[in-house]
Formats: sequence, structure tokens, C-alpha cells
Amino acid sequence: MDWFPLYNSLRIAGISTFIIFFVGIFSAYYIAKAPRWIKGVLDVVLTLPLVLPPTVVGYLLLRILGPKRLIGAWVLDLFGLKLTMTWWSAIFATAVVIFPLMYRTARGAFESFDETLAYSGQSLGLSNTYIFWRIRMPCCRQGILAGAVLAFARALGEYGATSMISGYTPGRTATISTTVYQLWRTNDDALAFKWVLVNMAISFVVLLAINLLEKKNTQPKEKGAF
Amino acid sequence: MSISIDIEKKLGDFFLKARFDAEEVTLSLLGASGSGKSMTLKCIAGIETPDRGRIIVNGVTLFDSEKHINLSPQDRHVGLMFQNYALFPNMTVLQNIRAGAKREQNKEKRERSVRRVMESFGLATLADRYPHQLSGGQQQRVALARILVSDPGILLLDEPFSALDTHLRFRLEQVVRGVIRSFGKTVLLVSHDRDEVYRMADYIAVMDHGKIEAFGDKKTIFALPVTKTGALLTGCKNISAIKKISEDRVYAVDWDMELSVGSIPARANHIGIRMHDVSIDGTENVVHCRVLEAVENPFSVTVLLTPVGSQNATPIGWETEKEFWKEHKAAELDISLPVKALLLLEGDADEAQ
Repeated sequence: MDWFPLYNSLRIAGISTFIIFFVGIFSAYYIAKAPRWIKGVLDVVLTLPLVLPPTVVGYLLLRILGPKRLIGAWVLDLFGLKLTMTWWSAIFATAVVIFPLMYRTARGAFESFDETLAYSGQSLGLSNTYIFWRIRMPCCRQGILAGAVLAFARALGEYGATSMISGYTPGRTATISTTVYQLWRTNDDALAFKWVLVNMAISFVVLLAINLLEKKNTQPKEKGAF
Repeated sequence: MSISIDIEKKLGDFFLKARFDAEEVTLSLLGASGSGKSMTLKCIAGIETPDRGRIIVNGVTLFDSEKHINLSPQDRHVGLMFQNYALFPNMTVLQNIRAGAKREQNKEKRERSVRRVMESFGLATLADRYPHQLSGGQQQRVALARILVSDPGILLLDEPFSALDTHLRFRLEQVVRGVIRSFGKTVLLVSHDRDEVYRMADYIAVMDHGKIEAFGDKKTIFALPVTKTGALLTGCKNISAIKKISEDRVYAVDWDMELSVGSIPARANHIGIRMHDVSIDGTENVVHCRVLEAVENPFSVTVLLTPVGSQNATPIGWETEKEFWKEHKAAELDISLPVKALLLLEGDADEAQ
């Protein structure tokens, strides 16, 4: 059995989760502070990829990243780099699809944060950077980690947009989900079933991790005054 | 050591207009919830920005809308204690207090002052506990220690006892009074509890609807409240609107009785009397009343009375000792409202009769 699809899926999901972890947190932090109407508009726009069919996301991405399209043509011209049909093209697809998950969970975590902690930190003379990394993030840690794990799981399972932008080339762009579809299409039922089992095992572990994180999250609240 | 503030801020329908000066004293902002007390503290700490005005603490201008000065909260050196104490839940007691000492650059000095403040607040044994493992009183001590270690130029306490059980308050007031005494700089205490304010503060500013209604030393404010709000907040529960009859006589509309008063200030439109100032053995303003109800308090009795023959009058409360009431219990009584105890008050304009 060729393990490339597992390796490829993991690296695509890993890299896109890493990027979206920071992008999602910072969007959530700044948008939570924005005036209400800006928040409303951005919320809709940024959550859109969550409800759009992945094929629509894939289509839109191809419209801008394709070799003859706006950004695609520009990058091809400048660096001689084709943005589609490589293994890392899938990162664009997964990043767009998982962004709303990270953004939403991080915003939920930030909104439940007690702002008086930040205020009292400020009047004690603590810098805003210190307050963000040493107080706000640790207090919101569980929510944010749960969001990241969820985003990672979703990235692993991404099929529609990935297959459109990266295609399926065995040993080059194949991921678990595209491989399962390809094997089923070519009647290789036994191998397809093996990959299904692999995928289920990973998802099981991920969901278990989320559950554990959420359980920890509720503990301090039950115990004491906070 | 002083504070001088004159600020305005509009928030929806609410308009805050706070103006006062205080020097090296404990000043209390007394007001009902929503009167703008906490907002005033937040403006001083730099968490909220006033629309207009200036804030000067110990000679340093923290905010001045005309000169475009608006120091960050970090640069203001204002020690603000929140109602919920705002201890960092992810840090131990020791880490919380260390965070308060971050302004000090010298590590040795920092550790020394952390240790000193831990000791003086009796926190040494709690050093490794997290806030949620502490009682309310312990949390308050940590919050005070954390603020004092940051070496503030002024101390702002926002309802410091509201998160505590009643039986704990009295003991913790002692702790806070000790802190205030050794602090030696201006302290602003926000509260809605008149007894607490009287025990803790030297000066009182009565706030209502975003405005400072009265300002003065506590004895004067309690003895002669000028406004209806001031009277209510300092615990005067009998208040009635008045109509002037002559130079020294008024008709108390709500109580339905005519009263002699010393003199009537031009803007007075209400009259008040504290429940314990009503008596049954006086000779001034004697009114024959019917007893509606005698309400028992833990240590006293409040007797509610209306003039005999009056239908819709608001009852006057008379507070007296239980024993005394037992001896003088009756269905009808002659009560006296001594001229000296009657407070002539300015009420809201729209309520004026």
C-alpha cells in the first residue's frame, strides 16, 4: 500500500491549519472590537465558505488562481509559478474552507473573555502584547484549541475544492479523500475500504481530542467563584 | 496628592457630567446603580474616553480634550480595583502579584516589593493557589496587594464589597481602611451603600443621572442633604412634595399635612424627615395619625402612619425601639415632626409641584 495520500493529506491539513490558526485568531480579535455593523457584514462574508458547496469554493478559487486569471496569471508571469494542479494548491482550498471554523470558535472564545481582566492589566502597566499572549490567550486557550482541531479535521476531509484545484495525480497531488473516490471509481474496493478505515481512525482521534478539550474547559467554572 | 476632574461624556441617552477636586482625602462617589459612578472611575483610569474635559491627578494631566492629551491606561499609574477584582484566572496568587509589579525594571527590587506586599497582606501561604481556589475576602486581598505593588498615584475602588457576603464586609472594611490609611494618597471609593461610605470616606460626592448633585464633607452631606437624591441616598426614607403656603408654612402633598418650617429655600420643592427623627413626645408640628402597620426590624420597629381622616396619603415612617413601641402601642397617635429635623430639598424639576 502506497502511503503517499496519508502523508499528503496530513501536510496539507497541517500547513493550512497552522496558517489559519493565526489568521483566524487575529481576525476574530480585531473583528470582535469592530463597530456592530462592520462586524455584521464581515461575519457574513467570512462565514460564507462554511455554507457554500466546496465545488463553488473550488470554482471561485480557480477563477482567481487559474493560470489565465487575475492572480494566477500575475504569479505565473512574475515567478513562473503555476498556482493550480500542485500538491500545495490544495492548501488554498482547505484554508478557505476551514477559515470560518477557526474564526467562529476563536471569536466565541474571545467574546466570553472578561474584558475587565484586560482593563485591570492595562492599568497595572502591562503592555497590550503581554495581555494578549499571557492573559487573553491562556484564558481562551481551550476554545481556540478546540477550533484548531476542528479546522484540522475539516481540512483532512476536504474533497470538493481540493480535487478541483489540485486534481488527482497519484504520488503527487493525491489525498486520502481523492484517493478513496478514485479507487471506488476504478473498482478497487478492497484498497478503498482500507483508506476509509484510515480516515475513520484519524477522525475518531480528532473528535476525541475535541471532547477532551471541551471537558477541561468546563471544569474551573464549576469549581470556584470565577 | 490631588485629583481634579471635569469631564463630559454622552452614551446614548445617558449624559455624564462629573466635576470635582479632592486633595489627599478619601472621596466617595455615592449613587444608585446607573448614576455614572463606575463610568467616572473608568474615565480616570483611561478605559473610557470622555467626550470633553480634563483629568489631572497629582499634577499630571491624564486627559485634556483641548490640549489633545490622552495618556494610555498603562501610563496613568491609576490603581483601579474592579467589583469582581479581575484577578487573572490563569495565574497563581504569586504570579498575579508579580504581574502587578511589572513596571519596576530592576528584578531584585521587584521581587523585594512583591515579597513585602505578600507578607503585609498575609498571602504568603496562598502563593501557589489559583484565584478560583480563594474565598471572596482572599481574592480582595490579592487584588489590593496587586494594585499596591504597582505603586499607583491614586486608588480607585469600585464597589469593593459588593461581591462579598454581608457578614464578611465589616471585617474586610477594616482591611481596606488600613490600606487607605497607609496609602496616604487620594482614594476614590464608589459605592451605593450609605453606611459603608460614611465609615470609609471623608468627603462625599452624591451622583445622580450622571451629575454630581452634592459635594462636601460627610458630616455635612448626611446632616443637611440639599437634594432629594442626596436625602434618599443618605437614608432619608420619608420624602414628600410640598406646596408653599406662607413664608414658614408648607403643605406636604404626599403626606397630606400642613407643617411649620424654619425658612424655605427658593428652589425647595420637597420635604424630608428621617424615620428616627419622628417622635411622639414633641410639641412642634403635632399631627393626629392613624397607625397603618408596625413593621418589625431585627432591632427596631417601623410604624407607618397617615393623618386621621386622610384617604390617599403616603404613610410616614417612624422608627423606634421595640420596647418603646410595646409601651406606647395604639391605633391612633399624635406624632411630632420637629422643625429642626425637617429637610427642605430640591427635587427633579419635572416633579416640582
